[in-house]
Amino acid sequence: MAFLEVRSLSKSIGPAKILHEINLTVERGEILGLIGPTGSGKTTLLRLINLLDEPSAGSILFDGRKVSGRQEKEALATRRKMAMVFQKPVMFKASVEENVSYGLRMRGRQKRHEKISMNAMVKEVLEIVGLSGYESRDANTLSGGEMQRIALARALILQPELLLLDEPTANLDPRSAASIDSLLRSLAGSRTAVILATHNMEQCRKLARRVAVLQAGRLAALGKSEEITMPW
Amino acid sequence: MRSIFISLSSAALAGIICIPVGGIIEFREFWGKRALINLIQTFYSLPTVTVGLLVFLLISRSGPLGFLNLLFSQSGMILGQAILVCPIMIGLTITALGSVGSQIRDTAKSLGATEMQIIITVIKEARVAVIAAVLLGFGRALSEVGVAMMIGGNIRGYTRVLTTSIALETSMGNLELSMALGIILISISLGINLLLNRFQGK
Repeated sequence: MAFLEVRSLSKSIGPAKILHEINLTVERGEILGLIGPTGSGKTTLLRLINLLDEPSAGSILFDGRKVSGRQEKEALATRRKMAMVFQKPVMFKASVEENVSYGLRMRGRQKRHEKISMNAMVKEVLEIVGLSGYESRDANTLSGGEMQRIALARALILQPELLLLDEPTANLDPRSAASIDSLLRSLAGSRTAVILATHNMEQCRKLARRVAVLQAGRLAALGKSEEITMPW
Repeated sequence: MRSIFISLSSAALAGIICIPVGGIIEFREFWGKRALINLIQTFYSLPTVTVGLLVFLLISRSGPLGFLNLLFSQSGMILGQAILVCPIMIGLTITALGSVGSQIRDTAKSLGATEMQIIITVIKEARVAVIAAVLLGFGRALSEVGVAMMIGGNIRGYTRVLTTSIALETSMGNLELSMALGIILISISLGINLLLNRFQGK
């Protein structure tokens, strides 16, 4: 039984069919590369897996249990096991610390001793993304690359079982991108599964064991990263 | 001070009602939502005497709320002015919350926020514009005369406020006093505007 299974997943918006019968699986500790040109449906697929949108057809299974098409309460419980980093991350009008700890606070970590441990967690995760000492900075004054790393920290602090990354290094300089890549590599083999949507085939080859190729909303190929060649 | 107290109370009462109502209208999808928003926006320019008349009928002795004895009282004026400013406050709250991009909602949702937590997050993001809506409501309540006159009755020392005083003094020919009261009213309005600009400038 796969940790995450996507079965015949389709998504239409009005008359436009965005995704056509996608089938794929992800195991715990695996990094699955999701690659495809702009408009191929990568973001839509990640949003469906994150239960932000409802599929038009098909289903999503998490630990063998169907999680798509459920009541919001059940969807929320599943969503809280995942975290998603968007391609263009937005910051709440608050400090870096409040941004990074947002997910924990939404899970009810408000008591004093929890706040102390939360502060320590924020510090630790900011160190991981290379932004130590940024806690009190206004998150909206940061550069695009820094915001991207805060978004990643905001996801990592939740210790998700499934991490969904939509072009996480697109706005980063090569050095920052390399540090994020090394961080993602360290997740391989842990209990966290990662789906990494990217344009960058080289990044996919370095990080992902398997790659799924999306083209015009269809799964054009799925296999070991070294075996996949781009069809475009 | 009575003018400020009554208008502030009515703005606060309207704020308590209108911010959640605006949130519900903005966040929920329902049949006739667009028509409802159009209706609310039409009521922005609701004549104050019409509201005064409706509230008068509602709280007069023979009206459905007559047992509350609100007619010719400050509480009645607060209720009337709150009803008067509700459309503008709900409408501006909807606009304020709508201006917060869908990415903020998606980010909050993906980070595990419940529906209520998402609403609170969006209100926090739009706090400057929401506060501006409340301040504008306060300004409208402070400067209106119809509700204050019809519901309050312009009773000296009890329900007489700046606007009704100006109307009365003008009708009695005391133009200097009317002008002085008018300047005080304009000064208060100016103060509100300065406060509003300070919030919006942030």
